[in-house]
Amino acid sequence: MLRRATILGVRLLGREWRSGELGILLVALTVAVGALTGVSFLVNRISQSVALQANEVLAADLRLESASAALDERYAVEAKNRGLRTARTTSVLSVVFRDNRNQLANLRAVGEGYPLRGVVGVAPQAFGTPTPVDGGPRPGEVWPDSKLLAALDARVGDNASVGAANFRITRVLITRPDQGGGFGELAPSMLMHADDLPSTRLLQPGSRATHALLFAGDRQQIERFKIWLDKKKQRGERLRDIAEASPQIQNAIDRAGRFLSLASLVAVLLCAIAVAMAARRYVQRHFDSVALLKTLGATRGLILAVSLLQLLIIALAAAVLGAALGFLAQEWLLQALQGLLVADLPPPDLVPLALGLLTSVALLAGFALPPLLQLSRVPAIRVLRRDMEPPPPVIWLAFGPAVTAVVFLVWYVVRDLRLFFGFVIGLAVFTAVLGVAGWILVRIAGSLRGTVGVSWRYGIANLSRRRAESVVQIVAFGLGLMVLLLLAVVRNDLLNDWRRSLPADLPNFFFINIPPDEREAFFDFLGESGASRSRALPMIRARLTQLNDKSVETIVFSDPRGEGYSRRDQNITWQAELGSDNVIVDGRWWTAAEHGRPLVSISDEYQQGLGLRIGDKMTFDVAGETIEAEVASVRKIKWDGFQPNFFVVFPPGLLDELAGTWMTSAYLKPGDGRVIADLVRRFPSVSVFDLDDLLSQVRSVIDKAVFAVQSVFVFTLFAGLVVLLAAVQASRDERRYESAMLRTLGASRGTVARGIIAEFSALGLLSGFLAAIGASIAGYFLARQILQVSYAFDPLIWVIGLFGGGLLVATSGWLATRSVLQQPPASTLRGDSA
Amino acid sequence: MTKDIVLEVRDLSKQVSSPEGTLTIVQQVSFQVHAGESVAIVGVSGAGKSTLLALLAGLDVPSEGKVLLDGVDLTSLDEDGRARLRAERVGFVFQSFHLVPALTALENVMLPLELADRRDARGGALEALERVGLRERVDHYPRQLSGGEQQRVAIARAFVTRPAVLFADEPTGNLDTGTGAKIADLLFDLNATSGTTLALVTHDRSLAARCGRVWVMESGRMGPG
Repeated sequence: MLRRATILGVRLLGREWRSGELGILLVALTVAVGALTGVSFLVNRISQSVALQANEVLAADLRLESASAALDERYAVEAKNRGLRTARTTSVLSVVFRDNRNQLANLRAVGEGYPLRGVVGVAPQAFGTPTPVDGGPRPGEVWPDSKLLAALDARVGDNASVGAANFRITRVLITRPDQGGGFGELAPSMLMHADDLPSTRLLQPGSRATHALLFAGDRQQIERFKIWLDKKKQRGERLRDIAEASPQIQNAIDRAGRFLSLASLVAVLLCAIAVAMAARRYVQRHFDSVALLKTLGATRGLILAVSLLQLLIIALAAAVLGAALGFLAQEWLLQALQGLLVADLPPPDLVPLALGLLTSVALLAGFALPPLLQLSRVPAIRVLRRDMEPPPPVIWLAFGPAVTAVVFLVWYVVRDLRLFFGFVIGLAVFTAVLGVAGWILVRIAGSLRGTVGVSWRYGIANLSRRRAESVVQIVAFGLGLMVLLLLAVVRNDLLNDWRRSLPADLPNFFFINIPPDEREAFFDFLGESGASRSRALPMIRARLTQLNDKSVETIVFSDPRGEGYSRRDQNITWQAELGSDNVIVDGRWWTAAEHGRPLVSISDEYQQGLGLRIGDKMTFDVAGETIEAEVASVRKIKWDGFQPNFFVVFPPGLLDELAGTWMTSAYLKPGDGRVIADLVRRFPSVSVFDLDDLLSQVRSVIDKAVFAVQSVFVFTLFAGLVVLLAAVQASRDERRYESAMLRTLGASRGTVARGIIAEFSALGLLSGFLAAIGASIAGYFLARQILQVSYAFDPLIWVIGLFGGGLLVATSGWLATRSVLQQPPASTLRGDSA
Repeated sequence: MTKDIVLEVRDLSKQVSSPEGTLTIVQQVSFQVHAGESVAIVGVSGAGKSTLLALLAGLDVPSEGKVLLDGVDLTSLDEDGRARLRAERVGFVFQSFHLVPALTALENVMLPLELADRRDARGGALEALERVGLRERVDHYPRQLSGGEQQRVAIARAFVTRPAVLFADEPTGNLDTGTGAKIADLLFDLNATSGTTLALVTHDRSLAARCGRVWVMESGRMGPG
């Protein structure tokens, strides 16, 4: 039978294709798969690009650093075996001499391959405009930065000596990718070749050098290597990725990533809707043919085998065409927007292609299989009595595969338990609500038919007569519109939040080591210089010694961050008021009455790293004194505000007696070099950090994230509209016969056309109205819970939902059924198919 | 049972439940039809003619009684068994033609041969279309054919498997008098030359009169015409 089914299936499919019957199903499926793969390709490439740019802060995808011994060669060997690129850097503080001048500088000896991410920018003179170069200096050459060059009163072509070796200055270092914003590098810096380091004889036992091994390569390889490295690394060796190097950038990437997943999900859902509608139509159109085949002697098994085979062929064709379409669409978009992304956008993974294939098969199996199974149950007697339809399907058989397919695809796309459950449950609830509300609204609309004109009466009568059909369509359009509106709501909130988090006057200078007795004078100076200053906080170095009376030396932390927090000195502070960029996530902030009490507030990263709970006892060594305190609250810090913030905060009145210094941040107009020069002269003990470079890196990543969010949004919106348009096609058959009949009875084309538009407008208005409600509620949840941005209710969504939905569905309905009116009624009534 | 009885009906009844209670559509019908015979079942709308036809062809199952088609008891077969029997021994002609709109005339006629997995479906179908005078229109789709032409394709499709019995449900009902007469000629012609038994349901008395025997159905009961 299989052979017969195959031959028959292929022949029938071929014949249907020639007659144009398959066109709409194939178009709907192809558009759906195309939308999904297009969005996936775009998401994949843009997130790769954003991640790559972010990793420039590290000059690598991953760094292993050690402040003591040189790093074992076997790490590099292992990385190379895994197909990763590596490079080495060594930083050491030393004095650079030129004639009779000298200056303490941070020497960075860089090996072959440096930097693995980003580029070094150099100029022929100090403070020049940087031009990018490949790699670092050649052996025998050095590239000092502008500050060092100025301090040495040197220029390109001069010689400089470091330790026992002499070098020639060939270029001025303007930017390097891993200059970061850390507080470790106070001194000006100079690049040299790693091979020259031994000749300087600076690296003696006990000398303070920081060794780093840089790794870069394929994302998945890096992830796996990171796990391996985490297990193998020795004490004192520290693993750094972008999350640690720049929480601000990581934050932006995370949110953009979540938004992009959401966009992919929206595409999946739209795809599902299109498939469901197209499959319904396909199956309904085949009731008569199947009844005839059965009359002519086809068994149920044969019908089923033929249908399944046809389904498989259609799925494969749609998957291939759709994936190609999706790829071309995103390629075109990226071409059109060239210049806004990094020049060499990474080639896309093949994952979206596989996803397209998987999606079309899964969605077809989920949404088209149940109606196809139904098809094999069409009674043969339908050839004599057209009203005979197949018995209604068992409920789990009808919805089981569809639910499974959607749940599977949602999980495949999000891979985040919370988002997954939120989405699936939200979807189920919204679908149910749409169904019920749709039913009620259709009833109400039905009761209005006596009060409207003939066209609307015809349209509304159609809606309420085909009640079940109308409810299905309201659910489908409502879901489609809802996800598109939701994407719009969330996009707005995300963009607003980013805009707020990076205002033009964001602090670009940090000042630390401000002596307490110079504090007021220093702040006055800043005020007089026109700088806008953020809050000032005291700062003391402390070391965590015990947790709940247990020495941290003996505790094994499962989280590698805990290891770091417990081994290193920590800057701590005290504060009466909670900063506006901090949110308490557990416990509570202290009251004025509690000042002086042994309490401590910690950041959530710190709490997770050390596995702490409210009420745990922490013991610190602060300048030789032992301080014990109880964890009173856990704070979530918004790092992208560039305000002074600390992992560990005490209430005032506990540490005030201990000697400490103060820190603050301020915004100074770029290029206001004189103010800083004056400041350094008047307050020589204050250390100044210029954050402009870091800030511009953060801005650039966020700009890219904004662009990614915008372009994926527009792309998804467009894909969504096309999918909905294809879905409307599915309902056109039902109208053909009726409009032919009405015209035969004497209705003008205009009346019938207005009737069709009325019906679709009513459908669109109802779905749009429900979609706006759904999008507002889901948007609130998503913004607050998943993206952690503030939610602003936008009444415009309701207007767009209501009228946009009405207009969209009416237009696409009109486009889909227009041909009905152009056909003479006789040919429709005679049963000819178009 | 003698060998040349192609269709035998014994005490056949069909009841359906409706909002008004149980309705009897076919009531205690019995008859025999011999090979090569032509019989007509006539009656007004709602008399139960089409239901009887559906029962005879195994498209529907009776509430009581038996139908023996070419010696095989239809009530002993399941849906697939009845379908297989139809593929081998039954042909159909309908009032509304029931051609598959996506298939050409030739493909429509090939369909039953393909379903029965017969060899040279194309050759057989071309020959059948030739016999109904549509050799020139084999590549036309149903929508490109007139009503009479569509019914001729349907007749070619019905005869192409050389069935033992051909059931026709108001075969001229959708056609004008002239075309209807031509279609009737064709049907009876093929019936005579191929030896196929013809059972037709109609309310057209003149069509019925051309059959060897005529039965009248009234409220589910059958009597001689």
